[in-house]
Amino acid sequence: MKILAIDSSGLVASVAVVEDETMLAEYTVNYKKTHSQTLLPMLGEISKMIELDLQSIDAIAVAAGPGSFTGLRIGSATAKGLGLALEKPLISVPTVDALAYNLYDTDKLVCPLMDARRSQVYTGIYEFQGRELRVLEPQAPVPVSDIVEKLNEMGREVLFLGDGVPVYQEKIEELIRVPHAYAPAHMNKQRAAAVAVLAQKYYREGKTETAAAHQPVYLRMSQAEQERERQNPC
Amino acid sequence: MDEKKEIKILAIESSCDETAAAVVVNGRTVLSNVISSQIDLHKLYGGVVPEIASRKHIEKINQVITEALETADMELKEMDAIAVTYGPGLVGALLVGVAEAKAISFASGIPLIGVHHIEGHISANYIENPDLEPPFACLVVSGGHTHLVLVKDYGEYEILGRTRDDAAGEAFDKVARAIGLGYPGGPKIDKLSDEGNPDAIPFPRGHVGGSEYDFSFSGLKSAVLNYLNGCKMKNEPVNTADVAASFQKAVIDVLVGHAMNACKEYGFRKFAIAGGVASNTHLRAAMEEACRRRKIQFYHPSPILCTDNAAMIGAAAYYEYRKGVRSGLDLNAVPNLKLGER
Repeated sequence: MKILAIDSSGLVASVAVVEDETMLAEYTVNYKKTHSQTLLPMLGEISKMIELDLQSIDAIAVAAGPGSFTGLRIGSATAKGLGLALEKPLISVPTVDALAYNLYDTDKLVCPLMDARRSQVYTGIYEFQGRELRVLEPQAPVPVSDIVEKLNEMGREVLFLGDGVPVYQEKIEELIRVPHAYAPAHMNKQRAAAVAVLAQKYYREGKTETAAAHQPVYLRMSQAEQERERQNPC
Repeated sequence: MDEKKEIKILAIESSCDETAAAVVVNGRTVLSNVISSQIDLHKLYGGVVPEIASRKHIEKINQVITEALETADMELKEMDAIAVTYGPGLVGALLVGVAEAKAISFASGIPLIGVHHIEGHISANYIENPDLEPPFACLVVSGGHTHLVLVKDYGEYEILGRTRDDAAGEAFDKVARAIGLGYPGGPKIDKLSDEGNPDAIPFPRGHVGGSEYDFSFSGLKSAVLNYLNGCKMKNEPVNTADVAASFQKAVIDVLVGHAMNACKEYGFRKFAIAGGVASNTHLRAAMEEACRRRKIQFYHPSPILCTDNAAMIGAAAYYEYRKGVRSGLDLNAVPNLKLGER
């Protein structure tokens, strides 16, 4: 099974091709250029490098959200365009789950943090049990203090990762009462290979969708919709 | 120049609140022109909400493209180029079309051509007027743009004048809101004006000091608001049809005046209008009459080609294609892209 995966949900742009137990290529960039300028050239580069026959791909996986709205749409539109042209299915992978998967088989709790602005983080709490990723707290936008409080209640050692770490580390240190650490640079940001490996599992479970039906998972309404809802309850 | 007789282009447009795709042959023959409008959604907010527009684009874009190909009875692999609007427009909205088009181009190996949205509007005139060729003068009027342009050759433009503040369509929307007509204001003012007296209220004709061809509509908009406010203070009833007709006349007088002056100064015998406001019936009638009196050939697209659509992008892309213009996989959305720039 060959999966082409894309993640442009946060600061990092990442593309990968994974075939069964082999990662054929991964290209990950964390630089100031916009994903719109980097993502497709990166995909073009690795495709050339590994002489990828695009028709040999079984599915296109994308970190579907949450994340930067624009970043998610660049990833999703890219995946949808590929799916349309190649007539291949898409696999929608929750961004925070894929981040957690970077720390595969740790015996500690995993808490990814993505900066969600407005004093919130996109986060969740995960553990690995029998080599399977288990979701203890599903991904959601919450204040960082809420997630730290939950971790304190659980009372287990935790590993943090994600682009929300540098933004909220001070706050975490102030509030946290359980043993904790921060994942190192090679595994602390989005990696498309992790998206691809999770997608393999979804593919086996039949969790694919058509390119036409795919949409990002924002987990938040637009500001205009939120305001409208506040003004006209129900 | 390409030896092939027929150049087929799949065009995609998502710069504002319409998700659109089309298949166009040789820049002039439209095989399909699919538009998914979001207007009912944005009406709730009194104008286009960029984030909502972007979300709607990504929801609809594949269906719209597939429908365009199916209606044209074509397969993707038969296309000679993929064209996409990359500016100007709302950046989040543009990015959906740009990312989609790049991915399709990459996966299919079909060349990509980034198209300027205004160039698309101007090129809408080629579709129904087989005889129209540059040079000609063109007035582009829409909710986001007011440009008086010399079309020197295919893809070669000189901007004579542009708005210094509000676009003409924007002024229509704002005045419509002020007299309680709602969004989108253009068609509503157009209709209500039929019942009003265009000479009832002497609204100012905005001129920009030092520039013969630039436009300004914010002063006119303020004059309308002041007039409405004045009536309210004096407890006088407002005849909204008269306000609509008088406001519209003030806009049209300036647009026609500038356009005809340009035709005279530059000696153009051909003049075209384009953009959403170009479907305003009173503007069309006034331009037609002004051109007729001066023996200038007048061109205008059908309303469906005036609104944002992808057929016009396919028309513009054809001439870029013939010149050998191709875009790379790093094509980005450029929200404030200038006409004639690449």
